Amino acid sequence: MAIAQVRIPEGKIPEWMGFDGLVQLISVDGQRTVGCPYWDLVADVGAEQLRDLYRDMTVVRRIDAEAMALQRQGELGLWAPLLGQEAAQVGSARALQPDDFVFPSYREHGVAYCRGVDPVAMLRLWRGTALSGWDPTDFGIATPAIIVGSQALHATGYALGILLDGAPSAAVAYFGDGASSEGDVAEAFGFAASYTVPVVFVCQNNQWAISEPVRLQSHASIARRGEGYGIPGIEVDGNDVLAVLAATRLALARAYAGQGPTLIEAVTYRLGPHTTSDDPTRYRSHVEEDEWRAKDPLVRLRALLQAEGLVDDTFDTDVNAAADEAAATLRRGCLALADPAPDALFEHVYAAPHPLLEEERAAYAEYLATLDPEA
Amino acid sequence: MATMSLGKALNAGLRVALERDPKVVLMGEDIGKLGGVFRVTEGLQRDFGERRVIDTPLAESGVIGTAVGLALRGYRPVCEIQFDGFVYPAFDQIVSQVAKLRYRNEGRVSMPLTIRIPYGGGIGAVEHHSESPEVYFAHTAGLRVVTPSNAGDAHRMIQQAIASDDPVVFFEPKRRYWEKDEVDEAAPLSAVALDKARVVMEGTDVTVAAYGPMVATALDAARIGEAEGISIEVIDLRSLSPLDFHTIEASVHKTGRLVVAHEASVFCGLGAEIAARVSERCFYHLESPVRRVGGFATPYPASKMERHFLPDADRILYEVDRCLQAA
Repeated sequence: MAIAQVRIPEGKIPEWMGFDGLVQLISVDGQRTVGCPYWDLVADVGAEQLRDLYRDMTVVRRIDAEAMALQRQGELGLWAPLLGQEAAQVGSARALQPDDFVFPSYREHGVAYCRGVDPVAMLRLWRGTALSGWDPTDFGIATPAIIVGSQALHATGYALGILLDGAPSAAVAYFGDGASSEGDVAEAFGFAASYTVPVVFVCQNNQWAISEPVRLQSHASIARRGEGYGIPGIEVDGNDVLAVLAATRLALARAYAGQGPTLIEAVTYRLGPHTTSDDPTRYRSHVEEDEWRAKDPLVRLRALLQAEGLVDDTFDTDVNAAADEAAATLRRGCLALADPAPDALFEHVYAAPHPLLEEERAAYAEYLATLDPEA
Repeated sequence: MATMSLGKALNAGLRVALERDPKVVLMGEDIGKLGGVFRVTEGLQRDFGERRVIDTPLAESGVIGTAVGLALRGYRPVCEIQFDGFVYPAFDQIVSQVAKLRYRNEGRVSMPLTIRIPYGGGIGAVEHHSESPEVYFAHTAGLRVVTPSNAGDAHRMIQQAIASDDPVVFFEPKRRYWEKDEVDEAAPLSAVALDKARVVMEGTDVTVAAYGPMVATALDAARIGEAEGISIEVIDLRSLSPLDFHTIEASVHKTGRLVVAHEASVFCGLGAEIAARVSERCFYHLESPVRRVGGFATPYPASKMERHFLPDADRILYEVDRCLQAA
């Protein structure tokens, strides 16, 4: 599904940017909020698009759950679940255009899904059969950055390239509340503001950087972090898919219009562990988790759909079948991901031949040949 | 043939690269109007504009990290790190991103960056302005590390580095910036490959392998040795990763003795790798143990002490003598 690009009148951008406070279009109980100017940014989103967003979020959640299961069953070495962040990811990714380029961190499976990446390809990294999984240029999304914050600079440089090319597109960096403390993010803000490049910084503040609560990173709003650099911020309810879509559209419109970087803080919550190796019971309470579970982005969107009569048995059957099919395909694909041959170790280190590497490759092949295959 | 200083030769090489490929962009601190603190980029912003020769904020990780993004967009960035000791804030972007992106992405992504770093001592500078950090980068798979020792090589090698689809860390021997040499601007780039060492003086008794700023010192030592009746062969390594072992081995086969000289601390320096390889491959050709001469296991000292830290011709000859005296 793709939501068509809407034409956002440049003249109105300052008005939207002037809105002060948390952008929320769907309340926690699934009601349309009243009075938020950001409604204008999603005026084109009708019943079909709302249902599509719900379908995306459901499928993404199902893929995430299946990957968790695959890890627990020993088929993946690790997985970083996105549970709870479906709206922040689908809402922002569905605002993007094909020529935009995304620089994700390692939890953006939902963003990658929306960019068209095969979820099986995403698993290659987590199964350990590769260090990444897809061709960035095929989908307009780089492969995951594991060094948190490093990709904010890559997005800024890519956006500088867009600016030099005079192209009508933008680069988008995804990072978390933890990465917001990294020097590279600060440097990215500095470069992006100095060159007025078309970049959008999407910080998913999921409240936890492994065991560290966001208040350890900062006592002030992340959305306002850019102000000192001259980068305006938008604080958006990250569990509200429409609000995130609207905020990202606005930030992209600023980028396309040559108005430079925007920082979006999508306030959300990581309902699962940091990764499958993590144990959140050691550092946070069930009470807190329950509070956030009550703000579940899928439950909220479903409530809106129900209130507006957009859900029926056919729709549910259809969505559930799509999710089940995605999970089954993922599982099949995962199990079919074979270990690479040892020689692959030496591939793609350099573009041009490298004598040392060739020597080591030959020596290792020679060594392997001495091993007794019967032993 | 033109005679020009090493710094001017780099400037001329950068100019050719900018002319030849519109995707080449220069980035760094003070490289625009000022022309860089060593004037290596002098006049380039004037002639190619602010979109090709880009002054950056003072943030080295930012310089390299944004260059990564530019490379992903199809550009060929040439980054200047102002001084050797300023590269460490960019270390993460260089070793974790620049070096690994091709491998991580199974060859689908190229990182044709050139990272220029003036390095080494001998200019009476304050702290952080005289270091030799080349081994950190030579140790990192995915990077190529090269260093010219003279104007002719500087002119050619900077163009080859920029044309390379691999990231190249390009170390410039800053105390040699003003030394003049013949530059054949018409010679084809392919005349000498970027990763080949060169025998710059032939000899028969001892091989001295050096690179960057130490090549001139090694040549001085060879001339003094000649007057004393010692025939020294001098190799300019030029490329530190990959190392051209063929040239080193061929020379050691001939002389049977090897001294490796560099400004960087001897411990875990490039000389250690060369000594290990030579002992593996040339053991039965060696007449004496491989000797190393270089910086001490100290931080780079205050300028009034740097003459003790930096190997000079005499310290090289001292090690040459020890090779010759070995039974």
